Amino acid sequence: MRTSKRTPPRDSALLRDAAAIAAAMIAVGGSFGAIAVAYGLPLWVPFAMSTLVFAGGAQFLAAGLLAAGNPVAAVLAGLLLNARHLPFGMAVASTIGPRWRDRLLGSHLMTDETVAFTLREEDPGRRRRTYWMIGLTLFTSWNIGTALGVLIGTAAGDPDVLGLDAAFPAGLIALILPSLQDRATRAAALTGAGLAVVLTPVLPAGLPVLCALLGLLVLFLPRFAGVQGGSDS
Amino acid sequence: MTLLVAILVLGAGTYTMRLSGVLLRDRLELSEPVQRLLPMAATTLLAALATTAALMESAAFAGLARPLGVLVGAVLAARRAPFVVVVVAAAATAALLRLAGVQ
Repeated sequence: MRTSKRTPPRDSALLRDAAAIAAAMIAVGGSFGAIAVAYGLPLWVPFAMSTLVFAGGAQFLAAGLLAAGNPVAAVLAGLLLNARHLPFGMAVASTIGPRWRDRLLGSHLMTDETVAFTLREEDPGRRRRTYWMIGLTLFTSWNIGTALGVLIGTAAGDPDVLGLDAAFPAGLIALILPSLQDRATRAAALTGAGLAVVLTPVLPAGLPVLCALLGLLVLFLPRFAGVQGGSDS
Repeated sequence: MTLLVAILVLGAGTYTMRLSGVLLRDRLELSEPVQRLLPMAATTLLAALATTAALMESAAFAGLARPLGVLVGAVLAARRAPFVVVVVAAAATAALLRLAGVQ
């Protein structure tokens, strides 16, 4: 374990992190493929979803609803769950840059993990490299995983046995931890997270996470006056 | 046919939201404080995603194994363990707890 002072991770460290997340993505993509097949959906469905939708949570949710014969609910629930990509897009827009080719291609690579890895970096050049490398790695590994899952079928069904359901939240926390050093960000994030958990039992999937944005309102409290993301604690 | 249409609409809708965020950022003349708010908004969304994914399964509590696994990962992350160690430790903890009968 590294206990020395935090230094910006080098490219080799980024590669190693990318490999770790890719391995996890192959496993989860595998369970998605297997589950879709187990639901009795046609074989092309998981492939089409992993390439065209490319958003894990929405895919699991939509596959379940499609299998239940409710395509309208599948689309609405999936879109609701993915609405967070709009604020994500605004946060990484400057990293993706002004070129149309980059914007059109880069937008499709936008996921929770891509955004989290990118915002961890300070330097604009590193952010850019991180965004593309993590984005392409995730897209590739997710689709490889899906294909393996379809091939193996139900054998790889339950990601919980491997504890993968704990791996993703832990990974996200590790990625946002540096941002949480900022007092105002921490207050907003913790308030938002609390709100989302409380609302999860009562609101449809996707909405509680969006409601977390209300956590940003704490920045209007007198103690954060003028901070709004500025100075460190 | 219905399946294909549903997947196409979901894919196109998701892509539209991704791209609109990127394009809106340019169209809107954002003040300095709002610009600084954007990464905070993204971090807040990610924190909410991590917390709900750690604690909840659909609308109910996810059981102990997952949150404890995430907790081990979070503690390691706070102690500056490498990313790989965080992810593997979280998964291993949850998997071992389940093996031991803790759900």
